[in-house]
Amino acid sequence: MESSLLIWLMAVPLATTGAIVFAPERMAKVLATFGSMVGVLLGLIAAGRFDWADGAAYQFTSSFPLIESLGINLSFGVDSIALWLVLLTQLLQPLCVIGSFSAITERVRTYYAWLMALQAAMIGVFVARDLLFFYISFEFTLVPMYVLISLYGSTNRRKAATKFFLYTFTGSMIALAGLVYVVWFTAQTTGEWTFAIETLEQQARTMGRSQQAWVLLAMLAGFAVKVPIFPLHTWLPLAHTEAPTAGSVILAGVLLKLGTYAIWRFVLPFVPAAVNEYAPIIAGVCIVGILYGGLVCWVQRDVKKLVAYSSVAHLGFCMLGMFALNNVGAAGSVLYMINHGLSTGALFFCIGFMYERYHTRSLDEVGGLASKMPVWSFFMGFFTMASVGLPGLNGFVSEIMCLMGAFQSGAADIGAGGTTGPLGPWYAAIAGTGMIVAAMYLLFMVGKIVFGPLREPAGHHEHDVLPTDLNAREIGVLSVLAAGCIVLGVYPRMVIHNIEAPIEQTLSVVSMAASGDDPASTLATTGGPVLLAGRDAE
Amino acid sequence: MIPFLAQADAETPAMVAKLAYLWPEITLFITTCVVMVLGLSPNRAFRKSCAAVSVLGLGVAFVLALFTKTPEYSLLPGLMAYAKPLIAAVGVLLILMLTGTVDQGFERAIKQGAKWDPLRSTRGEFYAFALFSLTGLMLCATADDLIWLFLALELTSLPTYVMVSISSSRTRAQEAGIKYFFLGALGAAMFLYGFALLYGATGTTQLWAGSAGPGIAEILATRILETGSIGSIATVGLVLAMVGVSFKIAAVPMHFYTPDVYEGASSSVAAFLAFVPKAAGFITLILLASVVGWGFGGETNQPLASGGTLPEPIRVMLWVVAALTMTVGNVMALLQSSVKRILAYSSVAHSGYMLVGVIVGPGSPGDIPSNGIGAALFYLLCYGFMNLGAFGALACLERMSGEEIESVDDLKGMCATYPWIGWPLVLCSLSLLGLPPLLGFAGKVALFSSAIWAQEIVLVVVMGINSAIAAYYYLRIAGAAVLEEPGEVQRSLVRTASFGRIAATVVSGASVIVLFFASDALIQRSADAGAYRPSPAPTQLRSGESAATQFPLRPENSQGVTPPSRPQN
Repeated sequence: MESSLLIWLMAVPLATTGAIVFAPERMAKVLATFGSMVGVLLGLIAAGRFDWADGAAYQFTSSFPLIESLGINLSFGVDSIALWLVLLTQLLQPLCVIGSFSAITERVRTYYAWLMALQAAMIGVFVARDLLFFYISFEFTLVPMYVLISLYGSTNRRKAATKFFLYTFTGSMIALAGLVYVVWFTAQTTGEWTFAIETLEQQARTMGRSQQAWVLLAMLAGFAVKVPIFPLHTWLPLAHTEAPTAGSVILAGVLLKLGTYAIWRFVLPFVPAAVNEYAPIIAGVCIVGILYGGLVCWVQRDVKKLVAYSSVAHLGFCMLGMFALNNVGAAGSVLYMINHGLSTGALFFCIGFMYERYHTRSLDEVGGLASKMPVWSFFMGFFTMASVGLPGLNGFVSEIMCLMGAFQSGAADIGAGGTTGPLGPWYAAIAGTGMIVAAMYLLFMVGKIVFGPLREPAGHHEHDVLPTDLNAREIGVLSVLAAGCIVLGVYPRMVIHNIEAPIEQTLSVVSMAASGDDPASTLATTGGPVLLAGRDAE
Repeated sequence: MIPFLAQADAETPAMVAKLAYLWPEITLFITTCVVMVLGLSPNRAFRKSCAAVSVLGLGVAFVLALFTKTPEYSLLPGLMAYAKPLIAAVGVLLILMLTGTVDQGFERAIKQGAKWDPLRSTRGEFYAFALFSLTGLMLCATADDLIWLFLALELTSLPTYVMVSISSSRTRAQEAGIKYFFLGALGAAMFLYGFALLYGATGTTQLWAGSAGPGIAEILATRILETGSIGSIATVGLVLAMVGVSFKIAAVPMHFYTPDVYEGASSSVAAFLAFVPKAAGFITLILLASVVGWGFGGETNQPLASGGTLPEPIRVMLWVVAALTMTVGNVMALLQSSVKRILAYSSVAHSGYMLVGVIVGPGSPGDIPSNGIGAALFYLLCYGFMNLGAFGALACLERMSGEEIESVDDLKGMCATYPWIGWPLVLCSLSLLGLPPLLGFAGKVALFSSAIWAQEIVLVVVMGINSAIAAYYYLRIAGAAVLEEPGEVQRSLVRTASFGRIAATVVSGASVIVLFFASDALIQRSADAGAYRPSPAPTQLRSGESAATQFPLRPENSQGVTPPSRPQN
């Protein structure tokens, strides 16, 4: 049972997809709700059975051959970081399903079928212990998202969907070349052509400096587009704006995390030397993204686009923390992935619910809704605060940790067990101004749309149904997310404590590469097998 | 003596001994003759049975191909055992696809009381030509001699010229046939010239050592040992031959005919053209490359089984052709609005991908991911199925007036109006795009692996970027079929009467999923097919001794072979 748990996590949404396809149209909603609820249950079981004390070890492992002759297996396994992201996915899924009940009225079956297929693929990314299995899942997420955007999006949907697909597909083709190169390199030393991540992790880091740099570039081409890191972000605002509500939520909540997760899982441990060398540049780009994203947000008139650009800025913080390459920054970064999923996902829900009522997203047309929809306004304000980083809510903790990480990075001694990194106080100082910008644009948005005189789009009174406040279903969806924001805001240790072990393990690899220590000794200390005969010493 | 039953021994004449490998071809030839006669029968039931008999013949050939023995000495010993069943299997689908292409109007007229006139019927010839072409393709895989190879290639191509012209009553089909024929003749002249130069350089037409002493492979290996290079005449010969053959695979710069011919021919025949001559071209290319070998090395400069590259001029030529073919194919496909032209250019691009495998070579023995030939042959299989499905879907629908569908717009809402035709089209175009978990992705991973193994990083990047370019137009096709709502025009499309086409399309569509999960076994088989066993070059050549005595493959050959004269460079 234990070892097949992860397979069930993927099989349930897939089975639901199949059931929806063959069931009558009116059953689609019910089936999707049921399937995603079972998913939540399985996620909770997995969390309960997971040995959190040993979070760095991969658990629930199992493996099946897929294409043996090319060394490809379906290998499953999660460490605590992956499990948290799985839990995030499982949590958002039923909310997305339930949140779409009223928004989706045509081609319902297709919609829920693809939504569930998307979940299976996203879970696949997090649970894969085989590089190609990971890649298959990573790529496959494109198809459901493409369909969801281009069938259920707003006016410009086809263009947005195509741009989304082409951007990410182009990037990941180049990433594939880099990943296969790593496999080839490993095969040179071990004599075995395998896509098993475990083996690759131990061998890839012994690549020479220039090899590492090229592999880093190739991998970033694929993963940075997904994150998205400035200047590869241009697909994101368009896709977000045009996507249906649940599509936006999943896009912001989980799909972007596939990029950050992939960078954490593959870039850092595979090419540690290059990461050390280029971390300042990447961090610099992230900071540009933070500031640029923030400033662009400020001038947006389309509220959905505004939140989309805020994602660019937020994920800049997330990547900055990761490339601080110390424990605080990395923990903050992982926490940021979860927090951003909750608060930005919730913001997209809020905007979606408003759009269903007013059919506009323009800040010029709607405003001052506090008097008309107080409950909605409360949630909108609440999640904005969470997103801005109000102390006590979740965004604050992760944002401050990312900045602290960047600040401390490069300091000579930051206490026992800590690892330094290549950044420094200046990075944190400049990025910190991004927090101010974030406060400006988000508060500006809330100020316009929630407070002030009531403005409603002309002619909406002619609709049969007058806009009313949120109903119980919508309140339920938002409450779950709000609860998550509060819990992670006041007790972030719940996550941080659990992800320390895997973070330390990955960072020790990176710092060893930085200090020029023999990677072989790194392996000895982390307990990895030493298989380094004939490696390319740097 | 029946060669199939008896072991060939020294007394058996060489040609008779070869018959033992040819049972699938013989079967196909017999079927061809039967079909040709059946097609002329005044009895309608007999005429109608042409396709069924052809499929039956191919089925028998498939079984025979699985069991026919392979020659004990060959540079690519596994090629035959892989290629022939593949050809027969795809051939079955192709014949099903071809059903209902010709004689439709004539048969209708007969039903309404017109008189049977054998002169007006083309049914028998049509199937017979298709079978001839498939026979030629199989013969390519059996070839061990330049003349054989040339004849096999022409047997593959000549029938297709006629098939293009008779596939449709439109004048465009005639034009396409003529264009195809003249350019085909140009290609044939080029590789024939190349073959002649190769013969001139080596004094033999045998590809490798056989009944007539050492073959081109051994002589070139000896030449390398003695002079360090294969010599300019042999190089020019190989380059000319390869450029000529690139007509068959539709590679740049011999690709110009592709869109016009595919567009002019009916979709079913276009599907045939996109696979059969291309497969023949690739098999020929692989044979030609294997003759000169992927590098020489070691103390005695032996041909390498792994780790080397083709001789520099040839490698550079193929490299440039591959990169250009991918890029030109994909970029041109981007600019098209007709589906058939898109698919034609996409088939050009796919040739570029497969060429990468040929450049990479066989890799290290026993190491499947490094085997570029295996990857190219596996990709050929993938391509065969997915391309068939894509063209097949186009062939399944027509306008009320009987015209074929043309533009991407015609595909709108196809999944809603004709799910059994639309979904295979979507699956096949996503597979052509290389999206996991579909067959095309497995093929691409195999090619990527082998190319990276051979350190052809630049080619891999070119390939990656090209796959991304291709994404745009494949998405257009798939998107139109799945996402768009069918309009008036699209609703008025009707299914063609031919059941075989729909069956072939559905089977191809299903196979791109099913075969992905069975790709392990297929990749293993293709790697066996790509296993390269280089000819043993003489360790040292004593003066005055010709290479012939070093290869006493049939020492007691009663016919007394004269050793080839040393060619003068």
